[in-house]
Amino acid sequence: MTTPFYVSPEQLMKDRADFARKGIARGRSVVVVQYADGICFVAENPSRALHKVSEIYDRIAFAAVGRYNEFENLRIAGVRLADMRGYSYDRRDVSGRGLANAYAQTLGTIFSSGGEKPYEVEIFVAEVGDAPDDDQVYRLTYDGSVADEQRFAVMGGTADKPAAYLGEHYREGLSRPEAVRLAVQALGHDVDSPRTVPAEDVEAAVLDRSRGQLRKFARLSDHAVADALAADST
Amino acid sequence: MSTAVPGQPARLPVAYLTPGSASFADFVAGQAPDLLPTSRTAGAVASTGLEVPHGTTIVSATFDGGVVMAGDRRATMGNIIAQRDIEKVFPADEFSCVGIAGSAGLAVELVRLFQTELEHYEKIEGTPLSLDGKANRLAGLIRANLGMAMQGLAVVPLFAGYDPSQDGGRIFSYDVTGGRYEETAFYAVGSGSLFARGSLKKLYRDSLARRDCVTAVVQALYDAADDDTATGGPDLTRRIFPVVAVVTADGYRRMPDDEVAAVADEIVAARMTRPDGPAAPLT
Repeated sequence: MTTPFYVSPEQLMKDRADFARKGIARGRSVVVVQYADGICFVAENPSRALHKVSEIYDRIAFAAVGRYNEFENLRIAGVRLADMRGYSYDRRDVSGRGLANAYAQTLGTIFSSGGEKPYEVEIFVAEVGDAPDDDQVYRLTYDGSVADEQRFAVMGGTADKPAAYLGEHYREGLSRPEAVRLAVQALGHDVDSPRTVPAEDVEAAVLDRSRGQLRKFARLSDHAVADALAADST
Repeated sequence: MSTAVPGQPARLPVAYLTPGSASFADFVAGQAPDLLPTSRTAGAVASTGLEVPHGTTIVSATFDGGVVMAGDRRATMGNIIAQRDIEKVFPADEFSCVGIAGSAGLAVELVRLFQTELEHYEKIEGTPLSLDGKANRLAGLIRANLGMAMQGLAVVPLFAGYDPSQDGGRIFSYDVTGGRYEETAFYAVGSGSLFARGSLKKLYRDSLARRDCVTAVVQALYDAADDDTATGGPDLTRRIFPVVAVVTADGYRRMPDDEVAAVADEIVAARMTRPDGPAAPLT
């Protein structure tokens, strides 16, 4: 009979965290910026079909970085959860906080269970309110921890530099084109010598509280993104 | 199973994370079948014994670039008026609408399921269903209700929407078995539908403008109310008028009450001199 290797719990968790972080670091960042009329999501994503930013419910959107199949699974589960709750209670009873909790529990359980490999994903769950103060942005990491973000947030492999750029240039009450432009510029500041992210590689979407329908989520067309970037005269 | 009804934040059930159908109805059937309106059996109810509110007449007609749907506001329960201001025309999604006749409670629930179904598909797949796809999904939901229909709780919807591939409105009718039939120009369902259809036969023309098309369907509802006790006419004292929905390339729009009131007032004024409504030429 052989004695199994002893691995301390600290080491085990550290290994799993390193594994997840490595996977996430391979992908490009996603930026979320609050503006006057809502919340704006911008990702660098050359694909037209595989989205990083998506609608979950009337006022709730989802953005993710990392392994596509894993965050796609989480996105679909979120849509199912939200639709199920809205159908069995009422549309107003679907909240971003409830969804963030469900994601946190799921990611946390998977991270600390021995049976499954940790998800290599990071997620934003955002809910737009009636006023800027009511907006909520939650950031969830691979281990199930939740952070409540204000004003702007970045996630992904090279999040530090874009976050620092946003910290310097962000101001309250941005218009939508200004928010898109700022977010795209921040994405370009992920390397030491800033690059320009081409408009056709930008995936942008908003939760717009001024939208006249229940569903506040809208994707920005290539045209709208190009217009926002072209207005760069300041 | 019961953990599927969302309440307390817990780990997402495995089924939620399992790739599968983009249909919400299928998902609910697997996870929380008790939530489906069609999963219940009414037991051994005699087909005539149960008195539940019934919705009555829905009328729809196409015009150049879109479609109009209107419903009267009455729900009846036997000889009783169950509700004077019930709404029986709903947006199904941004570019379609659905009106319902039959057991009101079941029908309203079915509409909610259908609305969620369309939105769910759109979010999961990233693209909306085609108009034919939507019409077929509704047929599937009605088919699932056949058991209830046999017991006297039938739901008969009328579905209409804007089809971008044809740049125009289209209308679909259904029977209780889920049969789906595309209608040309105009159609009506419900207890007063025979009178409404007869009325529209004389009033409808291909070249109707949007406002005239609205007038035509409200006229048809007036004629239905004139001869069918279960259909409500314009309620002038309470100012309750039909629900009128217009669907075009710009999406679903419910006509504001004051606009519908203006149309209804015109019609009522004209009928003061000719109670049977506008006269059609003999040849």
